[in-house]
Amino acid sequence: MADEKKLFKVTIDNITIEVEPGTSILQAARRIGGDVAPPAMCYYTKLKGSGGKCRTCLVEVAAGSTADPRPMPKLVASCRTNVMDGMVVKNITSEKVIDARNGVVEMLLINHPLDCPICDQAGECHLQDLSYEHGKEGTRYEFERRTFKKHDLGPYIQLHMTRCILCYRCVFTADQLTEKRVHGVLDRGDHSEIATYIEKSLENDFIGNIIDVCPVGALTDKTFRFKNRVWFLKPVDAHRNCNHPKCNGKATLWYRGDEVFRVTARKDQWGEVEDWICNECRFEKKKTSDWEIEGPTKVNRHSVISQGHYVGTVRPQEVVYDVMGGRAPKLLMDIHNVSEVNRPEIDLSKLERPAHSTDFSPHEER
Amino acid sequence: MGRKLLLEKAHVEGIRGYDVYRREGGYRSVEKALKTMTPDQVTEEVKKSGLRGRGGAGFPTGMKWSFLAKPEGVPRYLVCNADESEPGTFKDRYLMEFLPHLLIEGLIVSSYALGSKSTYIYIRGEYAWIPDILEQAIEEARANNFLGKNILGTGFDCEIYVHRGAGAYICGEETALIESLEGKRGNPRIKPPFPAVKGVWDCPTVVNNVETLAAVVPIINEGGEAYSKIGVGKSTGTKLLSACGNINKPGVYEIDMTISVEEFIFSDEYCGGIPNGKRLKACIPGGSSVPILPANLLLKTAKGETRMMNYESLADGGFPKGSMMGSGGFIVLDEDQCVVRNTLTLARFYRHESCGQCSPCREGTGWMEKILKNIEYGKGKSSDIDLLWDIQRKIEGNTICPLGDAAAWPVAAAIRHFRDEFEWHVKNPVESQHRNFGLAHYADPLEVVPA
Ligand SMILES: Cc1cc2nc3c(=O)[nH]c(=O)nc-3n(C[C@H](O)[C@H](O)[C@H](O)COP(=O)(O)O)c2cc1C
Ligand code: SF4
Ligand code: SF4
Ligand code: FES
Repeated sequence: MADEKKLFKVTIDNITIEVEPGTSILQAARRIGGDVAPPAMCYYTKLKGSGGKCRTCLVEVAAGSTADPRPMPKLVASCRTNVMDGMVVKNITSEKVIDARNGVVEMLLINHPLDCPICDQAGECHLQDLSYEHGKEGTRYEFERRTFKKHDLGPYIQLHMTRCILCYRCVFTADQLTEKRVHGVLDRGDHSEIATYIEKSLENDFIGNIIDVCPVGALTDKTFRFKNRVWFLKPVDAHRNCNHPKCNGKATLWYRGDEVFRVTARKDQWGEVEDWICNECRFEKKKTSDWEIEGPTKVNRHSVISQGHYVGTVRPQEVVYDVMGGRAPKLLMDIHNVSEVNRPEIDLSKLERPAHSTDFSPHEER
Repeated sequence: MGRKLLLEKAHVEGIRGYDVYRREGGYRSVEKALKTMTPDQVTEEVKKSGLRGRGGAGFPTGMKWSFLAKPEGVPRYLVCNADESEPGTFKDRYLMEFLPHLLIEGLIVSSYALGSKSTYIYIRGEYAWIPDILEQAIEEARANNFLGKNILGTGFDCEIYVHRGAGAYICGEETALIESLEGKRGNPRIKPPFPAVKGVWDCPTVVNNVETLAAVVPIINEGGEAYSKIGVGKSTGTKLLSACGNINKPGVYEIDMTISVEEFIFSDEYCGGIPNGKRLKACIPGGSSVPILPANLLLKTAKGETRMMNYESLADGGFPKGSMMGSGGFIVLDEDQCVVRNTLTLARFYRHESCGQCSPCREGTGWMEKILKNIEYGKGKSSDIDLLWDIQRKIEGNTICPLGDAAAWPVAAAIRHFRDEFEWHVKNPVESQHRNFGLAHYADPLEVVPA
């Protein structure tokens, strides 16, 4: 048939599949799934123009196509390189890729504050996942880590610039979801930062989505900040009749006991938002009675928590077992338990530098 | 004395103005091209000339032009890259200051070849006074019907606009330049698509260096074939070099690529040798991004041949034993210069100029600078040298644009050729604060490796 589309055959880590022309290597690899899918810190399927920046998704192209089987000279960003018919790609089967990715992860971490114990993103942070899966133990970086002046983004969203990995996702989100973007990247290089040029609050009624796209804890929900740890919460799918014409009111509510601690958009297995939600749903509707409950969210994310990478640390308390459906999260439980970071009187966001364990030690009056 | 095709008239009194320029034979190439040639014939002449891009990469210009997509009804653009910010490079500035009409003339002919009706000169912000010179030249050209509507009655319309950058090295990278020209943040784009297909406002675009576009004038006047006979091999025509550092006569020189590096440094016609009787230690022959070479490898290739001032000879030996013509920024270091300090200076530059999009470049450039600072100020460790090597290796080839490579190469080359100087710094933290390593063995004749 004339309009029958020819499919492209692509082989990634020795597994061959057929995909539509125009599919990126990353998307093809995700179709195979598992370890074959490269980690992606900046690409976001729903955001046009995203990707290519973080370089975590680099892969080796061992053969360009059937027509031109030459290998590509450099590693390529799989999120921004489309497959060709007969292409042969190596991801985890390539030593070059493993080596380069190690380097990228190390680079992403050298200036990261590593303040996971007090970061709201901990447990659902892609950088955390990335560093456990692809990073090396210890650091070769012996310098003071970079810090930034605080910027206030208004009543809903907290910006913690020191944690930002400059993936630009929030910039694309604001560009593509709101009429007028008021934040962006200022300056350049290692001194570039996410900010509003003149202190402005982000108030567009879809701007809350930048919290969900942020792979790290740089943008967090002020209405949830320091209220709880993600792994204590039970995600439940729910919907409501939202009046906003662009919002279909499909969300995930995060419960502890009977209380809704936060509302987020629903995410797929790659951690990407399925449907954008409006600020009202996200920030204002925190009562069960606001929502129609559908049932527990299927957690099939491959986060550090669900993988139990934290062997050898203090065992978690039983309640966590229950909440996590029998899995054994060991992440930083001990620190959390002694630090009392949930004490609202300690505002770690006021610190001018990355937080350190001494900053939230109960024995030290600050 | 080599032939001069670009700077021959640079010192004619009043050459900056239209009347003198015209009297000296200016704008003949516009008349010839527009009245007697088709656009494709102009491109064909440029192809025949063998002209290679003078902005750094040395890509054949005629071939680049022939890649330009030409869909019906879509405008095409020519952009002149006058962002010249590579440390050590100041040849475009010289050309624009002294011979603004030569650039405008080249731009008109090139715009005709490519079908660009709006042509842009993107000029670095720090060249604050040059836009006025260029704009005056544009005005004069328009007043004489070399620009505007229906040029010389041939039906070809063309305008040239001068666009000032805000002072960022990265905006010299062609896709960052295009973003900046569009009024956006100057982040390099991810290629493909290439500018030849989607450039300025998503239209097909050619970006060329100032000197490249000026060279189109003699190519059209004398013919591509005649141009290709000047020089050697694939290094055709003449090349502008901006020479600086420890030399008696810093400045901009036009060479025909048949002279040796030694002649260029020591002859009175060019750099005039090294002042104060000092000896040559090292040289960065093509702008800060290209590998530094010690004196012995600079003057002779690893095969023991005399190294010549042209694309092939400078690159002879590849990265391990050679360098690059690059942008023509020729930086000479005498025996009193410290390679560690020089490398630190370059690392600081690249850290400051990285756009910050890719993690390896954004983070790695800063890291390298910090380590180099420690070594330079007597706080380095032996392991730092290997660490530096590993960091540059992790940046090179893994970034969106070549700035990452440009930041990695100088560090790699410095460690490759001057490792003992780095080690000396680490082992003599106190002494290295008041004395330089000196010439050491860097000018000693090398054992010839048979090819
Ligand atoms: C970081 C960076 C900076 C650059 N700066 C310049 C520049 O200042 N001037 C220039 O002509 N080319 C510069 N280039 C090269 C351009 O990207 C492009 O290759 C050139 O303008 C093409 O012109 P040509 O073919 O005439 O050489 C730069 C490239 C990079 C990666
Ligand atoms: S704030 Fe978050 S989403 Fe925005 S660039 Fe930084 S890491 Fe990416
Ligand atoms: S290599 Fe450096 S300058 Fe080029 S795009 Fe990446 S971060 Fe920007
Ligand atoms: S996900 Fe591909 S470069 Fe970031």
